[in-house]
Amino acid sequence: QQVSVEVLEHLEHLALVDFRDAEGVERLQKAIQFADQLHEVNTDGVEPMDSVLEDRWCLYLREDDVTEGNCTKELLENAREKVEEYFVAPPGNIPLPKLEERETFLEGS
Amino acid sequence: AALNGGLRSQVSAALKEGRVTPTELCQRCLALIKSTKFLNAYITVAEETALKQAEESEERYKRGQPLGILDGIPIAVKDNFNTAGIETTCASNMLKGYISPYNATVVQKLLDQGAVLLGKTNLDEFAMGSGSTDGVFGPVRNPWSYSKQYKEKSVPKSHSEDEESNWVITGGSSGGSAAAVSSFTCFAALGSDTGGSTRNPAAHCGVVGLKPTYGLISRHGLIPLVNSMDVPGILTRCVDDAAVLLGSLAGHDPKDSTTIQDGFKPFELPNLTDVSKLSIGIPKEYHAPGLSSEILALWSKAADLFKNAGAKVVEVSLPHTPYSIVCYHVLCTAEVASNMARFDGLEYGHRSDMKDSTESMYAATRREGFNDVVRGRILSGNYFLLKQNYEKYFVKAQKVRRLIANDFVKVFRSGVDILLTPTTLSDATPYTEFIQEDNRTRSAQDDILTQAANMAGLPAINVPTALSERGLPVGLQFIGRSFQEKQLLTVAKWFEKQVQFPVIQLEEVKRHDTDVFQHQKSASFS
Repeated sequence: QQVSVEVLEHLEHLALVDFRDAEGVERLQKAIQFADQLHEVNTDGVEPMDSVLEDRWCLYLREDDVTEGNCTKELLENAREKVEEYFVAPPGNIPLPKLEERETFLEGS
Repeated sequence: AALNGGLRSQVSAALKEGRVTPTELCQRCLALIKSTKFLNAYITVAEETALKQAEESEERYKRGQPLGILDGIPIAVKDNFNTAGIETTCASNMLKGYISPYNATVVQKLLDQGAVLLGKTNLDEFAMGSGSTDGVFGPVRNPWSYSKQYKEKSVPKSHSEDEESNWVITGGSSGGSAAAVSSFTCFAALGSDTGGSTRNPAAHCGVVGLKPTYGLISRHGLIPLVNSMDVPGILTRCVDDAAVLLGSLAGHDPKDSTTIQDGFKPFELPNLTDVSKLSIGIPKEYHAPGLSSEILALWSKAADLFKNAGAKVVEVSLPHTPYSIVCYHVLCTAEVASNMARFDGLEYGHRSDMKDSTESMYAATRREGFNDVVRGRILSGNYFLLKQNYEKYFVKAQKVRRLIANDFVKVFRSGVDILLTPTTLSDATPYTEFIQEDNRTRSAQDDILTQAANMAGLPAINVPTALSERGLPVGLQFIGRSFQEKQLLTVAKWFEKQVQFPVIQLEEVKRHDTDVFQHQKSASFS
């Protein structure tokens, strides 16, 4: 089955990455086809595995004491846009333009 | 000095006795990096800091107080490990110009031992790939392409252009690190291994590539691909050196909560002489479609080697092996989708000029910063994680993962100590041929023999075994039980000694030590 344009658009929104061209969409189609082979395996009664260390892993906890920090200057160094001790972002709460308004490959598919 | 010798046995002694100084070693490596620039193994060469580290090491040796075997030893680090003050790019536009504010734990450990950090090595973008061909700094060339051994076997071409295009890939994604070690520009290098990214290039470049047990070595500072499978990898020219590196790197790190808390004791490898108590398992599913007849024959020969030496060699079955690539494909893309979400242009890395809104800035930044491979995996991963797909794909893959891991548990429980398998399906492919298939297809093909060990979190090592008919390296893989690196490396070392893999003959490597090569025998195994 082909992935619907709605789902493709939804994915672009979620991932904030675009398919760019027919090849990109084809790549996804192939990826799904490839993954479908999983359904050949019988997994009745099998628990999903989160970590290979599940048997021996006792999550390491420590006292809630401050042991490091005070590195504001270093952390801000790699940001392109900042003001005083703030990272600066363009205005938020503005959704990505709808499919029709965006310059995207998916338009007209 | 013994540029080709083992760290513990020869180089360390030479440094202690003053036969060579850390500065000389460092300068020699830097010079060799320059003369092998065409390999494109290094993205960044940290010449100034390396020389400074070498000088400091020299002072320590003069005082008779070296920090350990690694003091003064030039090493290289894959460019997906954070290195303070040095650019860390992951071979991506997304991180071009990113200067790490901290050292990854493994880098810090090496520096604390006095190692000299020569530079950062090239890789596939964000470690996604099996060729080291898909990074923004271009592909890495396999040093063996320029070896006497390969050139002798190549069909003579009429034009010199053809010779240029004849070069073969290193494999990936830690190709730069493998090439660096293979071409003698460093003594050891760090790679990473998520689906085989250390063992694959190790096999193609004729070096030792160790994937440690998941949880043994800290991932803090290793830019993550798949958190549940990534491990730092170790690339060296001999198994003993891998043990030395392992000893310096393994152990609990409070900064990485996925490292186990059990104490780790560094070990020296015994010289195994009696293998009669060993049980070697040969998993039949690793006779995978596409396995070259050459490698099949070498694998068989290796099994016979163990049998003739008295070991018990048995055929075993890991029935879910054919599904490990599919399972990996789903789990990897899902974790990648999550891990790549941090790249939004705000705190570090590339940032687009787009200013309309936060979301459009993120989208433009990611569009400009990531290559097709990365974007493809993010989109696939997000698809598998959609509410309507979560159970069907992601959870299903997690269940299949358990079946794959259980296959290994059953085999090891049946009395098998070590598994012996091929590492790759064939010797290194010429670049022009390799790029004709897309990254995902290649990765799916090439990871088939290495991937399952990452699924199960088991330690695995590539040992260079022999040269192929084309004069290129072929390696074999040993897979061990969880946290039993000592046993794994001991067996690997025994095997290494039996096969006497030949030294690469590179004209660019100016070797002053002729006595070293009296110890090297030409391939007696192929």
